[in-house]
Amino acid sequence: MALSREQIAMRVAQEFKDGSYINLGIGIPTLAANYVPDGITVMLQSENGLLGMGPYPTEEQIDADMINAGKETVTASTGASIFSSAESFAMIRGGHVDITVLGAFEVDQNGNIASWMIPGKLVKGMGGAMDLVAGAKNIIVTMTHADKHGNSKLLDQCTLPLTGVNCINRIITDLAMLEIRDNAFHLLERAPGVTVEEIKQKTAGKLVVDGDVPEMQF
Amino acid sequence: MAGFDKVVSSYEEAMAGLEDNMTVIAGGFGLCGIPEGLIGQIKKMGVTGLTVVSNNCGVDGFGLGVLLEDRQIRKMIASYVGENALFEKQLLSGELEVELTPQGTLAEKMRAGGAGIPAFYTATGYGTPVGEGKEVREFNGRPHILEPSITGDFAIVKAWKADRYGNCIYRHTAQNFNPMAATAGKITVVEVEEIVEPGDIPPSQIHTPGIYVNRVIKGSFEKRIERKVTRSA
Repeated sequence: MALSREQIAMRVAQEFKDGSYINLGIGIPTLAANYVPDGITVMLQSENGLLGMGPYPTEEQIDADMINAGKETVTASTGASIFSSAESFAMIRGGHVDITVLGAFEVDQNGNIASWMIPGKLVKGMGGAMDLVAGAKNIIVTMTHADKHGNSKLLDQCTLPLTGVNCINRIITDLAMLEIRDNAFHLLERAPGVTVEEIKQKTAGKLVVDGDVPEMQF
Repeated sequence: MAGFDKVVSSYEEAMAGLEDNMTVIAGGFGLCGIPEGLIGQIKKMGVTGLTVVSNNCGVDGFGLGVLLEDRQIRKMIASYVGENALFEKQLLSGELEVELTPQGTLAEKMRAGGAGIPAFYTATGYGTPVGEGKEVREFNGRPHILEPSITGDFAIVKAWKADRYGNCIYRHTAQNFNPMAATAGKITVVEVEEIVEPGDIPPSQIHTPGIYVNRVIKGSFEKRIERKVTRSA
């Protein structure tokens, strides 16, 4: 069965390593903060200038001067630091953030990503997404494998305006976890109960299936 | 104003010299850390044709959004403008021009502008619509685009405290773009919650040294919250 949003987030969180600095985008990526595996500590970076993002505040803790990049009220965890936007993007662009997780409309087999602009629709802006994909060492994209009409979002070439080129290594969809290398999607894991056949059918780009593909473990 | 004393007592004085068609750089992220009273003064002055450089453009009826009501902004340079219906309307009707800029590039454009660096290369935006028409140069095997920096006729900044000499500190994530904006204005105006005496802020804790600041005014702030999210205690 296809994974729920929460299950995608759970699988993302399994990729977190102890001591990692991580930037989570809006939506499913943010949910991953709820599933950090026991026994490991990570620090969340919010690009408006907070390293060490804590949980949402209680009613008493609300402070208008304390928000995250999604403009939500937030708290700082113990050991956090707060800084300017230039400093924040120095961390991001300079490759100091270990993992970035973000959503996308399309990803292609060359590691290109399109996530911010649909021609003909109103463009609201890229925010920090272009800086994040240009800078992070490891980028995980979360999205559904196909759109609601069944069209694949894993393409040989992105059709929408790009957010970044040749930058995506890993994709976790509702059907599978894949790695991009050598200009192809390599199937690493299947969602429980999802067949390789279904994944092949819903992957428009070049898909490499090497031997038995294990199911995700939760 | 005498010597290094930069405190002014009215918003009229704070924004004196702002004229039509000028460029204004504004600190703030969403509605967090915005110079509310200085924005209000720009609205009151009625200047038009402004180019405004800020990460966002406020919301309908608050923050920079109020400058749209009388069509004072001709061009907006921002990374994300999705919270504002009036913005959308003026953009679609062609009254308003927008230059969408990646957030980190925007911060760096202000930083570099204030630091006397006219342009810089970055990998951000290469191969995307942002990179179209820009000079490309390869460094360490990777293509980068040349981004010109930004300076403004005015910079409007919100700080937590400033002393009379204009030395500023910011509070929590209300820092955001404010320190860079402060460096990038020909005239930099800082609106603060509290004015203190020189020496009250320990020198090593000052975020923005007073050399960047021309005018300081004590404001009062609504500090509207855009997305209030809580957990149960």
